Parts: sequence; structure tokens; C-alpha cells
Amino acid sequence: MTAMTLRPRRRRWVYLPMALLAVFFLFPIMFMLAASFKSDHQIFADMDSFRAFLPVGEVSFANYSAVFDRVPFWRFLGNTLFITFMVTALGLVVNSMCGYALARMRWKGRAVVFGFIIATLILPFDTTIVPMVYLVANLPWIGFEGLRPVMEIGWLNTYHVQIVPFIVNAFSIFLFAQYFKSLPKGLEEAAAMDGAGWLHTYWRIIVPLSKPVFATVTILTVVTSPATWNAYLWPLMTVQSEELRPVMVGVQYFFQLDTSWGEVMAYISMITIPMVAVFIAFQRAFIQSIASAGMKD
Amino acid sequence: MQRRDLMKLAAASGGAALAGSALTACSSGGGNAADGTLLLWTHSAGNDTELAVTDQILDSFNGDQDDYTVERESFPQDAYNDTVSAAALSGDLPDLLTVDGPNVPNWAWAGHLQPLDLPAEVTDKFLPSTLGIFQDQLYSIGHWEAACSIFARESVLEAAKIRIPTLDAPWTGEEFDEALQRIAADTDYQWAIDFATADIGEWYPYAYSPFLQSFGGDLIDRSTYLTAGGALNGPEALAWGQWFQSLFTGELANIESPIGGEDFNQGKAAMSFNGNWNALAAMDLYDDVLFLPPPDFGNGPKIGGGSWQWAVTSAADPAGANTFLQAAVSDEFVAEFANATGLIPATEAAAALTENYAPDGALRMMVDYSRNFAVLRPETPAYTVIASVFTQYTGDIIHGGDVQEALDSAVAEIDADIESNSGYGF
Repeated sequence: MTAMTLRPRRRRWVYLPMALLAVFFLFPIMFMLAASFKSDHQIFADMDSFRAFLPVGEVSFANYSAVFDRVPFWRFLGNTLFITFMVTALGLVVNSMCGYALARMRWKGRAVVFGFIIATLILPFDTTIVPMVYLVANLPWIGFEGLRPVMEIGWLNTYHVQIVPFIVNAFSIFLFAQYFKSLPKGLEEAAAMDGAGWLHTYWRIIVPLSKPVFATVTILTVVTSPATWNAYLWPLMTVQSEELRPVMVGVQYFFQLDTSWGEVMAYISMITIPMVAVFIAFQRAFIQSIASAGMKD
Repeated sequence: MQRRDLMKLAAASGGAALAGSALTACSSGGGNAADGTLLLWTHSAGNDTELAVTDQILDSFNGDQDDYTVERESFPQDAYNDTVSAAALSGDLPDLLTVDGPNVPNWAWAGHLQPLDLPAEVTDKFLPSTLGIFQDQLYSIGHWEAACSIFARESVLEAAKIRIPTLDAPWTGEEFDEALQRIAADTDYQWAIDFATADIGEWYPYAYSPFLQSFGGDLIDRSTYLTAGGALNGPEALAWGQWFQSLFTGELANIESPIGGEDFNQGKAAMSFNGNWNALAAMDLYDDVLFLPPPDFGNGPKIGGGSWQWAVTSAADPAGANTFLQAAVSDEFVAEFANATGLIPATEAAAALTENYAPDGALRMMVDYSRNFAVLRPETPAYTVIASVFTQYTGDIIHGGDVQEALDSAVAEIDADIESNSGYGF
């Protein structure tokens, strides 16, 4: 029995503990926001009481102002937005087409390829990062000297080293394939009868019907990909120029011998709030798609 | 690249053993000196004061000669070692870099660094603990040193009738323990001393292992550098572990004290074992603050030695890099760093140019503590593992674990690492 089927009076007793639990889970965010307005001395003075979660005492915007002195915030944010957009947008195209080919097209070896892709999910990113660093350090790339294309070796210290290796994502392919399998075959058959090819069917029929899974993959890519919003280890190892760094690497700028915790909290607030906003905006689609993807066979 | 070199690279990269055969063709490229450009990597991103002095050095050098141009790229300190290891892996090391003192042997052994070629008249005037030496060769040189001391308030000690120790007459172990007990009994402080236990990481071996050495133990047997057995789990080490644990179980020190001596700053702890980088802030808070020498537990007072230093990588043109380095470590710049950061200048001549470390400076005692009590963390490539293992098991001791068991486990892990790396060249 779910809360939805309970009578209003009994529902109250379900919602009350749920609300308390929700507040409990909000404590870290409340602490982060409150501390971002306090001096270090005030933060530690409030640590033993509920005041730690409230913007009380000696409060100001000084920490937010100091953030801009310590890191090139807008540069880092711009880099993250650009990289996140590129990885997500290109990933949606590539992974959905791959998922479509695996789910709806009949070709020899399809099951083996699908199994191989799923098998790569077993490998945590941390175990592959070292060979990946070596690999990208030796990959060719076409650059330009003026308008003349030139062959370059090595992707390190570039935007594309933060984008290209993460466009293809096995879990995204899996989600797309599972969703596409659930769509009625009659739609494609009708399109084929009208003379539509595979690409036309994919673009005109399948994509418009698959908005929930596109929303899910968008959110999962933005939140969980090691190259998007939370990118840290990969840019740390492959990017040396400050101009190319994303926001998460910027967190480390604040940890010095005399770390200013107020500044740390201000910076973290500044990079967390956009993500919370995105999550709130997409959460309905996120929950629906995860739930439906989980029920597919 | 030889297999032995690959093993070093993998060990130095922390987890790089997984790279396997992918590393077999690792190139040794890197530096840019062919066109006279030298690249310097620093760990100072986000630290405007350090970067300002670094830029001052670069501007001075670049303006004074035409053969070389030095450029800077800065990285955040906590992520710096991983970045350098990754660059070594991909053959993309810069010409010069900063390196934390205890990491010098590991990076030298792994082939990241080349020995310095600096005149003796330059290096001889530096505090010994600011020189990074591995197997009798100088690999790095530092502008500054850091020193720990016991931060205390004169009024509190006098009220509790506790003798104020000096450089020549530090507290004995018994005196120190008695002082802690007296503070706990006679004052309203929640804690007698603050050890900043929340600062998990390099702080543990840097700050706590000198107590172990004062008891007569050590992190490794420095006569061979092949085992921690005896040094880290013998009777002296056991005595250290039991004493250290008793401070926490006896509620003289907070098991979970915040980073940076905040219990002391907040008035919750009467004293703090702290670094000199927090000394100026403490002076602002308390007008009667004292910076006392560490106690002598039988083998003399000890504090950790070795801070950030500058080194030349194996990818660099040694002529250009050493020319720059010689200019960069002049007394003038050593003093500039000390004035900007509050850390201890590495030379006496530079100390005289500073406000706090001149002979009559407010923090002059830190120079004396460093000169008299500093013990370098073991100069072995195994140190990175030793530090990690020591941190883990000291945490167990602080939280009430069996001391002998913790020390034996630490020794087993350190020895296994040394053995798996064929003794790290010793």
C-alpha cells in the first residue's frame, strides 16, 4: 500500500516522518549555505549547535567576494558548461543511434556487440584512467595553423581531451536500447511502408517518442559522467593549463595551509546551486524514466 | 624504456600498476628548453601570496638575461602530486617544478628529477632540512621551512603554575604530562591540548612522528631503509603509541579536533600543537601567546622537517634550469617568500631581511627549533606509502585500537611495499 491510497488522516502520519527525513537530508546543504556567509571563527564557534545551519552571527558576502579573487570562477564555469554541453549533446546523438541500432536493427553479431558494451560497465573509470592518459597522450588530432590543417600528436591540455573520450557511454546506450525495445514495432513498419529509411525512421518516429529516455540520459550524463559537471580526476590528469580547467578542480584552490572554510563553502554553493536547479527542473522526467527503464525486460 | 624504469613509474604514480603493457612505449619527452623557454610548475594555485613572489622571481630572471624565458603554470596543492605523476606517465613533465620535501626521494627514484648543479656556496647557507637529498645527491632546494611548536598562553601556564620551557630547557616527557594533567584539573578548558586530528593526511607523519622519534622509535630503520621492523613496532614505538593514545582516552586531547588549531583558537583547548603558518593568526587572537619547544621524551625534542622545494625535472635542459634556479634562490627572494607567507626563511641572511625571523623577530624561535630539532621524514621512495600507512594506524591508535597490533600491522604493510619494489634501490 502506498501513501497515495491512504486516507488523508493516515497519510499525515506517513508524510510527517518523510518531511522530517527530508529536512535531515537537507542539513548538509543548509550548513553549506549558512557557512558560506560566515567567517571561519564564526563557523567553528557555531559548530556545536543548531546555529551551524543558520546564517546567524557575524555574516557577510565577504566569502563570495573572495572566491573571485582566488579562482577565475567565470572561466571555470564557462569551461564546465561548454564541456558538459558538448559531452551531453554529442552523447545523446551517438548513444541513441547506437542504442537504436542494437535494439531495432537486425544484423549479425548484434547480441555479442551489445553484451560487449554492457560488459564494459563492470570496469570502474578509476581502473582505466591510467592507460587512458597514456592513450590520449599519443593520439593524433587535426589542428590548424592559420587555415592550414596540420597533424598533431597528443590530446593533452585541450578541450577535446575532456570531451571526445566521454561521448560514447555504455550505460546511455543500454538505457536507449532498453527504451527503444519497448516501442511498438508497428510504427517502424508503417514508416517503412511509406518508404522511410532507417535514419528517417529514427529521427522522425523514434526520437520524438523517446523524450523520457533522452531526459534521463541527459541528467545521468550531466550528473554522473566523469567529464561533465563533476569532472575532477580526468581534467586533473590531462589538463595543465588553468584556462581549460573545469569548476570541480577549482575546489582544490581553496585548500591551503590556512584553509578558509567560509570561502570553500561559498565556492561549493556557487557550483552546487545550478545543479540543484537542473535536478529540480528535470526530476519528474528523471524519476519516470528510471522507473520505466527498470521495468523493461 | 626499460622494465625497471616502468616499475618505478608505476609505483610512483600510485595505482599505475594497472597500466600494464600500455606503458611500455612511454616516451621521455617534455621540457621546452630547445627554444629557450622553461616551464615551471608550482603547487600554489589559489595562493596569491606565493604566486606573487614566484612571478616576481620570473619577471626578474626573464628581464635580466636573454637566453631563457621561464613561464609558470600553477596547480592546486592537494591535487598536485597526481598531476605530476600523470605528466610523468604521459611524458609531459615541465622543466622545473615544486615538490614537497618528503616526496623528493620517490620522484628522484622514479626518474622524474635530475640532480641539481648548484655551487656549494649557494647551497651551504640553506637550512639542511630545506635541501632535498636522495642517495647523496641534491635534487631540490627550498625557499622556506616550516616548524611545529606548542602554542600556549602565558597567562594560562602561569595560573596553573607550569614552568615555561625554553629552547635549552624544554619540558621532559614527565613535565609535559604533568602540565597537561594540571591544566585539565585546574582550568576550565575542555581540552588540555589540541592536536588537530581532523587534518588527516601528511599532517599525521609530519606532526606526530617526531614524538615517536623523541621516544626513540622511527618510521623506518634508517640504517638500511629496508624495513620498518623494530623502529616502528619496538618497545620505544610501543611506549610512544601508548602515551599518545592515553592523551585521547584520558580526555586531555580531543579525538576529533578541527584542522588548524581551531580548538585553541576557540578557547576550547589550553594549548595546541601547531605549525608556524598559523602563528600570526594566533598572535592576533591572543596577546600572550607563546610558541614553546616540543617536549623531550628521552631522545631530544623533535619536530618534522622538509617543506616545499624547487627541483629540475629529467625532461629539462640542465644548463638553463640550473641557471634559473640559482637566481631564484637568492636571499632576496627567500626573504620575500618568508614575508609573504609567514614561513621560515631558509637562509640566515634572508632571515635578517624579514620582520618576524630576524634575530629580534617575534617568531625567531621557529628558526631555532627548525635548526635544532628538525628531523626529515625518511629519505626513501617508500615514504609515500609509509606516510599513508602511518596515518591510517595512528588513527587507529587515537581511536583506542590495540597499539601493538596497530604498529605490527603498519610494519607489515610498509615492509611488504618495500619488498614488492625490490628495496627501492637500497
